[in-house]
Amino acid sequence: MSAKSRTIKVDYLARVEGEGSLYVKVQKGRVVDAKLKIFEPPRFFEAFLRGRSFAEAPDITARICGICPVAYQMSAVHAIEGAFGVRVDGPLRELRRLLYCGEWIESHVLHIYMLHAPDFLGYPDAIHLAKDHPEIVQRGLELKKTGNEIVSLLGGREIHPINVRVGGFYRVPTRRELAPLRERLARARDLAEETVRLAAGLTYPDFEQDYDFVALRHPDEYPFNEGRVVSSSGLDLPVPEYEQHFTEVHVEHSNALHSVMGDGRSYFVGPMARYNLNADRLSPRARESARSAGLERVCRNPFRSILVRAVETVYACDEAMRIIDDYQPPDAPAVPIEPRAGVGHGCTEAPRGILYHRYQLADDGTIREAKIVPPTSQNQKRIEQDLHHFVQENVDLSKKDLTWKCEQAIRNYDPCISCATHFLKLEVDRSC
Amino acid sequence: MLILGVGNVFRGDDAAGILAARRLAQRLPQARVRECDGDLTAALDAWNGEDCVYVVDAVASGATVGTIHRFAAHADPLPACVFRGSTHAFGIADAVEMARALGQLPQQVIVYGIEASGFEQGQPLSPAVAVVVDEVVDRIVKEVASDA
Repeated sequence: MSAKSRTIKVDYLARVEGEGSLYVKVQKGRVVDAKLKIFEPPRFFEAFLRGRSFAEAPDITARICGICPVAYQMSAVHAIEGAFGVRVDGPLRELRRLLYCGEWIESHVLHIYMLHAPDFLGYPDAIHLAKDHPEIVQRGLELKKTGNEIVSLLGGREIHPINVRVGGFYRVPTRRELAPLRERLARARDLAEETVRLAAGLTYPDFEQDYDFVALRHPDEYPFNEGRVVSSSGLDLPVPEYEQHFTEVHVEHSNALHSVMGDGRSYFVGPMARYNLNADRLSPRARESARSAGLERVCRNPFRSILVRAVETVYACDEAMRIIDDYQPPDAPAVPIEPRAGVGHGCTEAPRGILYHRYQLADDGTIREAKIVPPTSQNQKRIEQDLHHFVQENVDLSKKDLTWKCEQAIRNYDPCISCATHFLKLEVDRSC
Repeated sequence: MLILGVGNVFRGDDAAGILAARRLAQRLPQARVRECDGDLTAALDAWNGEDCVYVVDAVASGATVGTIHRFAAHADPLPACVFRGSTHAFGIADAVEMARALGQLPQQVIVYGIEASGFEQGQPLSPAVAVVVDEVVDRIVKEVASDA
């Protein structure tokens, strides 16, 4: 079999978060090509933003993704506040972290239980998993609901929240409004710890690569909204220097841009990058979860990202409870904003990895130019390389198994692409 | 009773379900009305504990644009040929089957599918589908009245 040539071609799918196809060509047992093609909606949004008021950016960019709208809002407001010389601190900053906790819980749990766990447990989807193991899926749904409730309370609704603005929020919650959430979060953290134990018991393909991990790093916090951009190869820079080190390039086979390091190398963003670069910033309970689950200090097996997501879910529950416990409502729901001409850069940690925004603003706050680099774009090249190496190491697997594992390998990275892979159709042509 | 509108108001005819739900909110004040524009796991929460649910979503089955499909989802799975290719991360057919697998499907789940002409971003509802949205709203109002 290994001497054979084959083409693995997976076309295609349409989903709100992206459209993707997979193509792997094997000649005489060697992988000679591995491509992941994705059409990315965010490119249109950069043009939509031109000529709009800065105040519209959080609501327009939230529409880029139904799974991580908070990330788009957060990167947008931080970039614009940077351009206006405004810093948001105290309870408003804490509430932004709380909102982000909600999104991480929603997004991670959706990915763990609905998209990724069925791969490991041998089911085609979460519905089949639910038929045999309703208690597992039920746990995921209950946990996710707590994330939804955080986003609903702070954001105004579960998806595409409408309560975020440059300078803070339109309305902030009272302590009394947060109290029921605190109770639910205690339960959610237990469920998250059970999720870690579930993930720890899965069987992982033996696959490690030499990755360059990139994430934010903050002096005191596990990163959400703020930090320097650091990498496992030693990069350490302030967010405004991001574009000096990372470049988006067009590749012929994809309408989506690939983001690469200055020397053209791929890199890896997302939970595994965050964990590897920031494990010492996790809460004690999340660290203990990681330790008891046998999660290595530096994890290089992307299939184990499901375990890292579970650990981050424990952290998000922990952090949300800390914020609620310490919360004292601010005097005003937002700090005053005075528009001025300038350029602002924002980078925050979306569930799937760093999300970079840059805005050039006119003196009245009109957006002249916008640049948005989503995590999906940044991981694409790395995903292709994973597919290349994974297929090479498993070229003798049957068509069915190899296809499944390839899709699973894609799902290691990104729920949006994972969505796309659910509709993929596969063709395998074999020739000598 | 719950009315659930599914879709995305910024993607052409995908707005049909949401617009139907908004009109039903005016016509059926006794009903709870929810909109879902992405992840349908929220539907599982929304209808938990409800006896009767009406769902309206846009579909692309290959039928004539504007065709109204009606399914009793509590009795049989939604046909894959109509609800394939959902633009939602976890579509309504998934939500129904998940609820069935978990033993949480309401007693009555009626799903209306409106055959769409396109889901282009930034496009309005097509005129052909706009007319049908009103028809679906009328049909649901009549159904609810006859059930009562």
